[in-house]
Amino acid sequence: MVSEPGATHAVDTGIRPMKSIETQVLIIGGGITGAGIARDLALRGVRCVLIEKHDINAGASGANHGLLHSGARYVTSDPGSAAECRVEGSLLKKMAPDCVEDTGGLFVAVEGDDERYVAEFPALCRACGIAVEPVDVPTALDIEPALSRRLIAAFQVPDAAVDPFKLTMQNLHQAVALGCRLFRHSKLVDFTITQGRIASAIVSNELTGERFAVKAGYVINASGAWARVVARLAGCTIDLICSKGSLLVTHERINHRVINRLRPSSNADILVPGGTVSILGTTSVRVEDPDHIFPTVKEIDFIVSEGAAMIPQLEQTRFIRAYAGVRPLVGSSKKSDDRSVSRSFALIDHADDGIVNFATITGGKLTTYRLMAEKTADLICRHLGVSAVCRTRHEPLPAADATRWTEAGYAPRQWAKKRDAGDIMLCECEMVPKSVVDELIDSIHEHNGRPDLTSLGIRSRIGKGACQGTFCGLRTAAYLYDINELKGREGLHSIQAFMRERWRGVRPLLWDTSLIQAELQEALYCGLFGVELNDD
Amino acid sequence: MTTDPNIDCDLLVIGAGVAGSAAALFAADIGFNTVQAGITSQTIFASGLMDLMGVHPPASGRVWRSPHDALAALAQDEPRHPLARVSPVEIDQALKMFTGFLSDTGLSYRCRPGRNVRIPMPTGTLKTTYCVPLSMWPGVKALEKQQACLIVGVHGLRGFSARQISESLQPVWPGLRHANIRLPDRGYREEIFAEPFARSLAVKDNRRRFAEALATVIGQKPVDAVAFPAMLGLGNVNDIIADIAKTIARALFEIPTMPPSIPGLRLKETLEEGLRQKGVLLLRQQRVFASQPQKDGFLSLVGTREAPTTVRSRAVLLATGRFLGKGLHADRKKIRETLFDLPVHQPEKRSDWHRTDFLDSRGHPVNRSGIETDDALRPLTSSKQPLHPHLFAAGSILAHQDWMRAKCGAGLSIATAWKAVQSFKAKVG
Repeated sequence: MVSEPGATHAVDTGIRPMKSIETQVLIIGGGITGAGIARDLALRGVRCVLIEKHDINAGASGANHGLLHSGARYVTSDPGSAAECRVEGSLLKKMAPDCVEDTGGLFVAVEGDDERYVAEFPALCRACGIAVEPVDVPTALDIEPALSRRLIAAFQVPDAAVDPFKLTMQNLHQAVALGCRLFRHSKLVDFTITQGRIASAIVSNELTGERFAVKAGYVINASGAWARVVARLAGCTIDLICSKGSLLVTHERINHRVINRLRPSSNADILVPGGTVSILGTTSVRVEDPDHIFPTVKEIDFIVSEGAAMIPQLEQTRFIRAYAGVRPLVGSSKKSDDRSVSRSFALIDHADDGIVNFATITGGKLTTYRLMAEKTADLICRHLGVSAVCRTRHEPLPAADATRWTEAGYAPRQWAKKRDAGDIMLCECEMVPKSVVDELIDSIHEHNGRPDLTSLGIRSRIGKGACQGTFCGLRTAAYLYDINELKGREGLHSIQAFMRERWRGVRPLLWDTSLIQAELQEALYCGLFGVELNDD
Repeated sequence: MTTDPNIDCDLLVIGAGVAGSAAALFAADIGFNTVQAGITSQTIFASGLMDLMGVHPPASGRVWRSPHDALAALAQDEPRHPLARVSPVEIDQALKMFTGFLSDTGLSYRCRPGRNVRIPMPTGTLKTTYCVPLSMWPGVKALEKQQACLIVGVHGLRGFSARQISESLQPVWPGLRHANIRLPDRGYREEIFAEPFARSLAVKDNRRRFAEALATVIGQKPVDAVAFPAMLGLGNVNDIIADIAKTIARALFEIPTMPPSIPGLRLKETLEEGLRQKGVLLLRQQRVFASQPQKDGFLSLVGTREAPTTVRSRAVLLATGRFLGKGLHADRKKIRETLFDLPVHQPEKRSDWHRTDFLDSRGHPVNRSGIETDDALRPLTSSKQPLHPHLFAAGSILAHQDWMRAKCGAGLSIATAWKAVQSFKAKVG
């Protein structure tokens, strides 16, 4: 169990006392970077508090391909990142096998692609130490039948698929077990700065409106695309570009391996399999504000058309959902093509800006999160005078029970094994029964969260199948009332929020079967229940 | 196409939903020799409630007490709306005939003439509607009178929480209470399915044991009415409810459940039985996959391409519905009408089909797409001429309406079915 905010009291604007928590390190941001740092520090015996304004993986950590890069994608544009990815990717396969599906990857070129690039590719991979093997065209078509018949070249590389939710949750789970305190729905609103130090961080509980202070020896900004906003509260500036990427999830898995288009990084040139689905993306669109982003019809049409050059059946495939994330790219706002900005990470010590106990870690990739956490924790420990060394390079990430349910296809297998007639199925598309929801509710409570449709959706496949929440949303809400987890009019608000959130992901791909599904959904929620009229 | 049809008739109604069934009824009543073809799978998604006109304009979210005042305002504001093409007198007559027909066939309806009513829904919202199955009617009255009422949920029944409804509706109905029941004769770890339970109540002994279990749950609670999820019998529901109500000595009513639902199934079965009695030939679970306009009518192919049934008819009434009913189909670029390739009124590009907020009060423009007709409800070609003098359309496939947001689904279907059949009658004298 996590303890309540501590005993000492500070004074907020002199009106009423504000709870205050003391800790060695405050981590801002509950994505994979923050989670990785929390685990790294916890393993070194450093006490920390992690605050997250929404829920875990609410930013780019939850809205990406789930691709564990071999590095091959960056061999021309960014050999440094390529080498980092190679090392970290293979390390993660060993340290977190539970989170990785080691699919292998293919780089493929089709008629019309730049043949010079194709010819140079293997040498560039080898220069970065990446294992690359040419595959002849008939063999490639045999092992990946979905590939275009217009294929001209294929190479095998050690790409893999990774479950970002499971990865973040397992990191947090171990950190919490070792004493890290985790506060979800807790937003940083201000810093109190005295004599070039952050004396305290003022945090607002977004569920209750209550404020509390965190007094930490060191503050680390791991807020990804929001890093600029957080740094500004301490009077620091960061040169950071927000680059939106949109992705599409297919109804059924199309490919066995990760399939990359063999050309300089561009749009819609990666198809990553994961469990029972495949994920196609991405785009790269510069945005000013990392909040309120969603995939557009134009982007989706573009991704489908481009992807179809490599995998023709994408033109006819049913897509279940689209989503968008924001990549924080550091240090080159003047470059015209955001794809050419380094995908390596930036660790910025704000001592140079006059704040001695504050640093920002941003940029980077899911694949290199562990390295980012290690470097950040090294900096923090130097500052705090902690001599313990990093252990994440050698200690496997422990699997945690409540983190299993995000994988597409896992829940149906478990249900089929158990065959418990009393375990009622709440989500039929993805086969999530009552017992799984019970387990998730316990884990949400343990981590100071609030069980509702949205938080359950993040931790399971509920709402992610063909019905996109139409039926499972109603069933789960009813169940939550029956076990006293929802009260009053909370259920209606939860249903509204959940369906709105799901909508953002289906709106750009509503044609054919998905449009029929959307019509059924609206007939139910609006035509029959009038949910839109009770919007209070 | 063969020239020797299997079936000859006056009117082929394509579509087995409420619009198609109402059209078949009205045509049969006039004496037309009528055939109805189509898949009924969607009817079980129907709630059994008959909305006439609840909200206008949708963007305002204004819920009207009088559907007729709402219709008058609609005719002013949206003259292209299909309901604006049917006179108030005809709308009332059509609705009365349709619900009267259902009542005669065993599925009784009630309404307060000229007034919308409200009933509780499983989402904890109140639904504004017009005609209500008799099995739900005591709920309308209990709400109006703010009676003390116990909602009884069922252990193991998914998507229905008595507690959810009672807690969500406390602000508007403080007299609501909730309880749960374990159905007799069930291992209580098992999931409860509505249909077998509903069917089981046809047996008097099952009914008695259920009523006793219900009475135990109610106990001495000071309640005037008891609500139960809509699964109190399939046929003969009124007798079943009356029987149980006697044992528990309280008014008893049903609350709709999430579809596919028992009230939807009742509606489907009642329509089939009633239309057969009226002499309508039903080609159910058979899709019309081609219909060729000819000089004196239509030649249509029904069923499978390998062995189709051919139907020659003087007129065709298109009630194929929207996307779910497959009357319309959308690819990435365009919406098409699936049988005659009629022009479809629609937004210019797909990015305009839907709004960014699912619950945007203005509704989604794609839902106002559909086929355009003349005043006689005859679909128009791109040159704004009727495609055929005897091709008519009714129901949700019609453009310029958003039945989901205006809460006018049944009203739209029944009134336009009436109008289309009357137009056919007028054309053939």
